[in-house]
Amino acid sequence: MRLTEEQIYRYSRHILLPEVGGVGQEKLLRAKVFCVGVGGLGSPVALYLAAAGLGTLGIADSDQVDISNLQRQVLHYTDDIGKPKTHSAREKLQKLNPDVNVIVYKDLITMDNIRELVKEYDIVIDGSDNFPTRYLLNDACYFEKKTLISGALFQFEGQLSVFKTHKGGACYRCLYPEIPPKGMVPTCEEAGILGAVAGTIGTMQAVETLKEVLDIGEPLVDKLLTMNALSMSFNTVKITKDPECHLCGENPTILSIEEYKEHSCDIED
Amino acid sequence: MENNKVNAQIDITKEICPMTFVKTKLKLETMSSGQVLEVTLREGEPLINVPRSVEQEGHKVLDIHREEGDVFKILIERC
Ligand SMILES: [Zn+2]
Repeated sequence: MRLTEEQIYRYSRHILLPEVGGVGQEKLLRAKVFCVGVGGLGSPVALYLAAAGLGTLGIADSDQVDISNLQRQVLHYTDDIGKPKTHSAREKLQKLNPDVNVIVYKDLITMDNIRELVKEYDIVIDGSDNFPTRYLLNDACYFEKKTLISGALFQFEGQLSVFKTHKGGACYRCLYPEIPPKGMVPTCEEAGILGAVAGTIGTMQAVETLKEVLDIGEPLVDKLLTMNALSMSFNTVKITKDPECHLCGENPTILSIEEYKEHSCDIED
Repeated sequence: MENNKVNAQIDITKEICPMTFVKTKLKLETMSSGQVLEVTLREGEPLINVPRSVEQEGHKVLDIHREEGDVFKILIERC
């Protein structure tokens, strides 16, 4: 692969970095990343990856743009209300960078299609808003040996982690063995989220993805970063691989992809 | 509890979560401390979530009763 004159200009700020250079930029252009959800987290993820010249970007979302999304889902504009999020997203991403091949999946992600989808990509980004999807992605990444870049949001808080179970690391189930029981204290306030917090965590997911593709720095593997925007404090704790983990432990009980159902009201990232 | 003076009313039977609470919260914000809001809502998610969210924000739920069918009325005292 040879960078064109235009690409040299477009990616000059990357190329200038000793850790990236022309070689790194070519890696990015050849990379294939799958972003599940183009909402609060997925919007900044997809925008930064497209801007960075991430060659093949798969995006999955079965929702349509709703007016209540626009406060934080920066890929979608007022004119997009009612459009499938994938279409709205592809439009913006292709305008931003025609180098990027954007592949859209408008259908729901299920236990039946997830492995086939994940198989096509190097890295999977979890920009979903619910536990069933998080488990589905975690399990699919485990079975297909893919790196998972996980993010989650709650009001003014966010968390971020990278799972490389195929390299001996912990998985999402080591951290959360079971779906937290619904109805402990769920209230409507749980749907509240400061839009820019989604942007912060999503942008950090993009950073981890780019590092992973470029193979630079230290990934946030076996570590959980939590952010509290109100105090603007960041904390990192270690995640230990659980030998009892039902998926990646010594005596696994989950031997294939299973379905998880969770009731949810209209709460999304 | 029928003798509570109602200062304002809101019907959220057409809303879905979380707009149910959004509408209720906005209404409460226009009221002053001690005033009572009557909320008409549906059984299920709204009836489970709205009173709990209201209490979490410090207001007092004075009464919950079935109006007819799956429609309920709740009385909230603003904190
Ligand atoms: Zn595990």
